[in-house]
Amino acid sequence: MTTETIQAPRSAAAARRGRFNLEKWGWIYMRVSGVVLIVLVFGHLYVNLFSGEGVRAIDFAFVAGKWASPFWIVWDTLLLWLALIHGANGMRTLVNDYARGRLRPLLQGALLVSTVVLLTLGTLVIYTFDPCLDPSVAGDLGAVCTAR
Amino acid sequence: MTSQAGSGTVAAPRIPAPQRPVGTLYRGREGMWSWVLHRITGTAIYFFLLVHILDTSLVRVSSEAYDAVISTYKNPIMGLGEAGLVVAIVFHAMNGLRIILVDFWPWATRHQRLLFWIVVGVWVVLLAGFLPRHLMVVFGGEG
Repeated sequence: MTTETIQAPRSAAAARRGRFNLEKWGWIYMRVSGVVLIVLVFGHLYVNLFSGEGVRAIDFAFVAGKWASPFWIVWDTLLLWLALIHGANGMRTLVNDYARGRLRPLLQGALLVSTVVLLTLGTLVIYTFDPCLDPSVAGDLGAVCTAR
Repeated sequence: MTSQAGSGTVAAPRIPAPQRPVGTLYRGREGMWSWVLHRITGTAIYFFLLVHILDTSLVRVSSEAYDAVISTYKNPIMGLGEAGLVVAIVFHAMNGLRIILVDFWPWATRHQRLLFWIVVGVWVVLLAGFLPRHLMVVFGGEG
Protein backbone atom coordinates (compact mmCIF):
# COMPACT_ATOMS: atom_id res chain seq x y z
CA MET A 1 0.00 0.00 0.00
CA THR A 2 1.49 3.29 -1.05
CA THR A 3 1.56 6.20 1.31
CA GLU A 4 -0.35 9.18 -0.01
CA THR A 5 0.88 12.60 0.95
CA ILE A 6 -1.86 14.99 1.93
CA GLN A 7 -1.18 18.59 1.07
CA ALA A 8 -1.36 21.21 3.77
CA PRO A 9 -4.62 23.17 3.83
CA ARG A 10 -4.52 26.31 1.70
CA SER A 11 -6.49 28.37 4.20
CA ALA A 12 -5.30 29.16 7.69
CA ALA A 13 -6.83 27.38 10.64
CA ALA A 14 -10.14 28.89 11.68
CA ALA A 15 -9.86 31.45 14.42
CA ARG A 16 -11.23 30.37 17.77
CA ARG A 17 -14.17 32.50 18.69
CA GLY A 18 -14.99 32.41 22.35
CA ARG A 19 -15.53 29.30 24.40
CA PHE A 20 -18.59 28.06 22.52
CA ASN A 21 -17.71 26.89 19.04
CA LEU A 22 -21.00 26.73 17.10
CA GLU A 23 -19.46 25.01 14.08
CA LYS A 24 -17.98 22.29 16.28
CA TRP A 25 -21.33 21.61 17.94
CA GLY A 26 -23.01 21.65 14.51
CA TRP A 27 -20.53 19.00 13.38
CA ILE A 28 -21.22 16.90 16.48
CA TYR A 29 -24.99 17.39 16.07
CA MET A 30 -24.93 16.03 12.51
CA ARG A 31 -23.25 12.82 13.67
CA VAL A 32 -25.28 12.25 16.85
CA SER A 33 -28.64 13.12 15.25
CA GLY A 34 -27.70 11.09 12.18
CA VAL A 35 -27.28 7.91 14.19
CA VAL A 36 -30.56 8.49 16.09
CA LEU A 37 -32.34 9.35 12.81
CA ILE A 38 -31.35 6.00 11.31
CA VAL A 39 -33.44 4.33 14.01
CA LEU A 40 -36.29 6.87 13.84
CA VAL A 41 -36.50 7.09 10.03
CA PHE A 42 -36.13 3.37 9.40
CA GLY A 43 -38.79 2.65 12.03
CA HIS A 44 -41.06 5.27 10.45
CA LEU A 45 -40.54 3.77 6.98
CA TYR A 46 -41.10 0.24 8.24
CA VAL A 47 -44.41 1.02 9.95
CA ASN A 48 -45.81 3.45 7.37
CA LEU A 49 -44.44 2.15 4.08
CA PHE A 50 -43.47 -1.50 4.48
CA SER A 51 -45.64 -3.35 7.01
CA GLY A 52 -49.26 -4.26 6.36
CA GLU A 53 -50.61 -2.67 3.20
CA GLY A 54 -47.75 -0.19 2.94
CA VAL A 55 -48.59 3.28 1.71
CA ARG A 56 -52.16 2.19 0.90
CA ALA A 57 -52.97 1.92 4.62
CA ILE A 58 -52.25 5.58 5.37
CA ASP A 59 -55.24 7.84 6.00
CA PHE A 60 -56.63 10.01 8.80
CA ALA A 61 -57.64 6.96 10.87
CA PHE A 62 -54.11 5.52 10.50
CA VAL A 63 -52.61 8.70 11.93
CA ALA A 64 -55.27 8.85 14.67
CA GLY A 65 -54.42 5.26 15.60
CA LYS A 66 -50.70 6.01 15.88
CA TRP A 67 -51.14 9.24 17.84
CA ALA A 68 -53.45 7.53 20.32
CA SER A 69 -50.19 6.19 21.75
CA PRO A 70 -47.65 8.39 23.57
CA PHE A 71 -44.95 6.17 22.07
CA TRP A 72 -45.61 7.42 18.52
CA ILE A 73 -46.19 11.00 19.70
CA VAL A 74 -42.70 11.06 21.21
CA TRP A 75 -41.27 9.17 18.19
CA ASP A 76 -42.75 11.64 15.69
CA THR A 77 -41.77 14.68 17.75
CA LEU A 78 -38.15 13.52 17.89
CA LEU A 79 -38.28 12.67 14.18
CA LEU A 80 -39.61 16.14 13.31
CA TRP A 81 -37.03 18.08 15.32
CA LEU A 82 -33.96 15.95 14.68
CA ALA A 83 -34.65 15.50 10.95
CA LEU A 84 -35.57 19.09 10.13
CA ILE A 85 -32.62 20.58 12.03
CA HIS A 86 -30.28 17.96 10.51
CA GLY A 87 -31.61 18.76 7.04
CA ALA A 88 -31.53 22.54 7.48
CA ASN A 89 -27.99 22.42 8.85
CA GLY A 90 -26.95 20.26 5.90
CA MET A 91 -28.49 22.76 3.50
CA ARG A 92 -26.64 25.52 5.37
CA THR A 93 -23.41 23.70 4.54
CA LEU A 94 -24.35 23.68 0.85
CA VAL A 95 -25.35 27.36 0.96
CA ASN A 96 -22.00 28.25 2.54
CA ASP A 97 -20.20 26.25 -0.15
CA TYR A 98 -22.05 27.44 -3.23
CA ALA A 99 -23.96 30.69 -2.58
CA ARG A 100 -22.04 33.92 -3.17
CA GLY A 101 -22.68 37.54 -2.31
CA ARG A 102 -26.06 38.64 -1.06
CA LEU A 103 -27.62 35.32 -1.99
CA ARG A 104 -25.89 33.64 0.96
CA PRO A 105 -27.48 35.57 3.86
CA LEU A 106 -30.79 35.48 1.97
CA LEU A 107 -30.77 31.67 1.74
CA GLN A 108 -29.48 31.30 5.31
CA GLY A 109 -32.36 33.49 6.49
CA ALA A 110 -34.85 31.45 4.45
CA LEU A 111 -33.51 28.25 6.01
CA LEU A 112 -33.78 29.67 9.53
CA VAL A 113 -37.30 31.04 9.05
CA SER A 114 -38.66 27.92 7.33
CA THR A 115 -37.14 25.69 10.01
CA VAL A 116 -38.64 27.69 12.90
CA VAL A 117 -42.05 27.89 11.18
CA LEU A 118 -42.18 24.17 10.33
CA LEU A 119 -40.97 23.06 13.77
CA THR A 120 -43.66 25.20 15.38
CA LEU A 121 -46.34 24.02 12.96
CA GLY A 122 -45.40 20.35 13.20
CA THR A 123 -45.19 20.37 16.99
CA LEU A 124 -48.56 22.11 17.29
CA VAL A 125 -50.11 19.58 14.90
CA ILE A 126 -48.83 16.63 16.92
CA TYR A 127 -49.90 18.02 20.32
CA THR A 128 -53.25 19.56 19.34
CA PHE A 129 -54.30 16.65 17.12
CA ASP A 130 -58.03 15.95 17.46
CA PRO A 131 -59.23 12.49 16.34
CA CYS A 132 -62.82 13.76 16.62
CA LEU A 133 -62.24 15.81 13.46
CA ASP A 134 -63.35 12.60 11.72
CA PRO A 135 -66.83 11.74 13.05
CA SER A 136 -66.60 8.26 11.53
CA VAL A 137 -63.69 7.31 13.82
CA ALA A 138 -65.04 4.09 15.18
CA GLY A 139 -65.76 2.46 18.51
CA ASP A 140 -65.42 3.90 21.98
CA LEU A 141 -63.65 6.97 20.64
CA GLY A 142 -66.70 7.82 18.51
CA ALA A 143 -68.85 7.74 21.64
CA VAL A 144 -66.40 10.01 23.45
CA CYS A 145 -66.45 12.45 20.54
CA THR A 146 -70.27 12.68 20.38
CA ALA A 147 -70.46 13.04 24.18
CA ARG A 148 -68.35 16.19 24.11
CA MET B 1 -13.87 29.01 -7.25
CA THR B 2 -12.09 31.21 -9.80
CA SER B 3 -12.33 34.50 -7.93
CA GLN B 4 -9.20 35.63 -6.12
CA ALA B 5 -10.81 38.38 -4.10
CA GLY B 6 -8.42 40.04 -1.70
CA SER B 7 -5.38 38.20 -2.93
CA GLY B 8 -3.45 41.44 -3.40
CA THR B 9 -0.96 42.11 -6.15
CA VAL B 10 1.05 38.91 -5.93
CA ALA B 11 0.28 36.69 -8.91
CA ALA B 12 -0.42 33.08 -8.10
CA PRO B 13 2.25 30.72 -9.45
CA ARG B 14 1.14 28.90 -12.58
CA ILE B 15 0.71 25.23 -11.86
CA PRO B 16 0.04 22.98 -14.85
CA ALA B 17 -3.26 21.13 -14.57
CA PRO B 18 -2.80 17.37 -14.16
CA GLN B 19 -4.02 15.14 -16.99
CA ARG B 20 -6.36 13.36 -14.63
CA PRO B 21 -7.26 14.02 -10.98
CA VAL B 22 -4.29 12.99 -8.85
CA GLY B 23 -2.55 13.97 -5.68
CA THR B 24 -5.41 14.14 -3.22
CA LEU B 25 -6.97 11.38 -1.22
CA TYR B 26 -10.51 11.69 -2.52
CA ARG B 27 -10.71 13.45 -5.88
CA GLY B 28 -12.23 11.49 -8.73
CA ARG B 29 -12.58 8.28 -6.75
CA GLU B 30 -14.95 6.58 -4.34
CA GLY B 31 -14.45 9.31 -1.74
CA MET B 32 -15.54 12.05 -4.13
CA TRP B 33 -18.55 10.15 -5.46
CA SER B 34 -19.76 9.28 -1.97
CA TRP B 35 -19.48 12.99 -1.12
CA VAL B 36 -21.40 14.00 -4.27
CA LEU B 37 -24.12 11.40 -3.67
CA HIS B 38 -24.38 12.39 0.00
CA ARG B 39 -25.11 15.99 -1.01
CA ILE B 40 -27.59 15.08 -3.76
CA THR B 41 -29.51 12.56 -1.63
CA GLY B 42 -29.48 14.91 1.37
CA THR B 43 -30.93 17.78 -0.68
CA ALA B 44 -33.64 15.54 -2.15
CA ILE B 45 -34.61 14.22 1.28
CA TYR B 46 -34.68 17.76 2.72
CA PHE B 47 -37.15 19.06 0.15
CA PHE B 48 -39.34 15.99 0.58
CA LEU B 49 -39.29 16.62 4.35
CA LEU B 50 -40.56 20.18 3.87
CA VAL B 51 -43.49 18.93 1.79
CA HIS B 52 -44.11 15.99 4.13
CA ILE B 53 -44.43 18.20 7.24
CA LEU B 54 -46.95 20.38 5.37
CA ASP B 55 -49.03 17.47 4.05
CA THR B 56 -49.09 15.80 7.46
CA SER B 57 -50.24 19.10 9.00
CA LEU B 58 -53.52 18.64 7.12
CA VAL B 59 -54.58 16.12 9.79
CA ARG B 60 -55.21 19.22 11.90
CA VAL B 61 -57.47 20.74 9.21
CA SER B 62 -59.87 17.92 8.37
CA SER B 63 -59.82 14.20 7.70
CA GLU B 64 -61.11 14.83 4.15
CA ALA B 65 -58.28 17.24 3.33
CA TYR B 66 -55.66 14.84 4.70
CA ASP B 67 -57.11 11.78 2.98
CA ALA B 68 -57.37 13.64 -0.34
CA VAL B 69 -53.70 14.65 -0.29
CA ILE B 70 -52.46 11.32 1.04
CA SER B 71 -54.39 9.51 -1.71
CA THR B 72 -52.05 11.15 -4.22
CA TYR B 73 -49.16 9.29 -2.53
CA LYS B 74 -50.85 6.05 -3.58
CA ASN B 75 -50.82 6.54 -7.34
CA PRO B 76 -48.07 4.79 -9.32
CA ILE B 77 -46.09 7.93 -10.21
CA MET B 78 -45.87 9.00 -6.57
CA GLY B 79 -45.17 5.36 -5.72
CA LEU B 80 -42.04 5.55 -7.88
CA GLY B 81 -41.21 8.81 -6.10
CA GLU B 82 -41.44 7.02 -2.75
CA ALA B 83 -39.17 4.30 -4.11
CA GLY B 84 -36.66 7.00 -5.09
CA LEU B 85 -37.01 8.61 -1.67
CA VAL B 86 -36.16 5.34 0.08
CA VAL B 87 -33.25 4.77 -2.32
CA ALA B 88 -31.91 8.20 -1.31
CA ILE B 89 -32.56 7.73 2.43
CA VAL B 90 -30.87 4.33 2.62
CA PHE B 91 -27.77 5.60 0.79
CA HIS B 92 -27.60 8.74 2.94
CA ALA B 93 -28.01 6.70 6.13
CA MET B 94 -25.37 4.08 5.27
CA ASN B 95 -22.89 6.62 3.87
CA GLY B 96 -23.49 8.76 6.97
CA LEU B 97 -22.34 5.85 9.11
CA ARG B 98 -19.29 5.52 6.84
CA ILE B 99 -18.51 9.22 7.37
CA ILE B 100 -18.69 8.79 11.16
CA LEU B 101 -16.37 5.77 10.99
CA VAL B 102 -13.92 7.64 8.74
CA ASP B 103 -13.96 10.57 11.18
CA PHE B 104 -13.34 8.65 14.37
CA TRP B 105 -11.53 5.42 13.45
CA PRO B 106 -8.10 5.57 11.77
CA TRP B 107 -8.57 2.12 10.21
CA ALA B 108 -11.74 3.35 8.52
CA THR B 109 -9.97 6.47 7.28
CA ARG B 110 -7.38 4.30 5.55
CA HIS B 111 -10.02 1.96 4.14
CA GLN B 112 -12.66 4.52 3.16
CA ARG B 113 -12.77 3.12 -0.38
CA LEU B 114 -13.55 -0.36 0.86
CA LEU B 115 -16.18 1.13 3.17
CA PHE B 116 -17.80 2.88 0.21
CA TRP B 117 -18.32 -0.45 -1.54
CA ILE B 118 -19.64 -1.96 1.70
CA VAL B 119 -22.13 0.94 1.81
CA VAL B 120 -23.14 0.14 -1.78
CA GLY B 121 -23.54 -3.54 -0.87
CA VAL B 122 -25.73 -2.86 2.19
CA TRP B 123 -27.69 -0.34 0.11
CA VAL B 124 -28.43 -2.95 -2.55
CA VAL B 125 -29.42 -5.60 0.02
CA LEU B 126 -31.80 -3.29 1.91
CA LEU B 127 -33.40 -2.05 -1.30
CA ALA B 128 -33.77 -5.63 -2.56
CA GLY B 129 -35.86 -6.19 0.56
CA PHE B 130 -37.91 -3.02 0.25
CA LEU B 131 -38.47 -2.25 -3.43
CA PRO B 132 -40.24 -5.42 -4.65
CA ARG B 133 -42.66 -5.25 -1.71
CA HIS B 134 -43.33 -1.53 -2.14
CA LEU B 135 -43.76 -1.75 -5.92
CA MET B 136 -46.17 -4.68 -5.51
CA VAL B 137 -48.25 -2.54 -3.13
CA VAL B 138 -48.18 0.43 -5.50
CA PHE B 139 -48.81 -1.43 -8.76
CA GLY B 140 -50.63 -4.46 -7.39
CA GLY B 141 -54.18 -3.25 -7.89
CA GLU B 142 -56.59 -2.95 -4.99
CA GLY B 143 -54.99 -3.13 -1.58
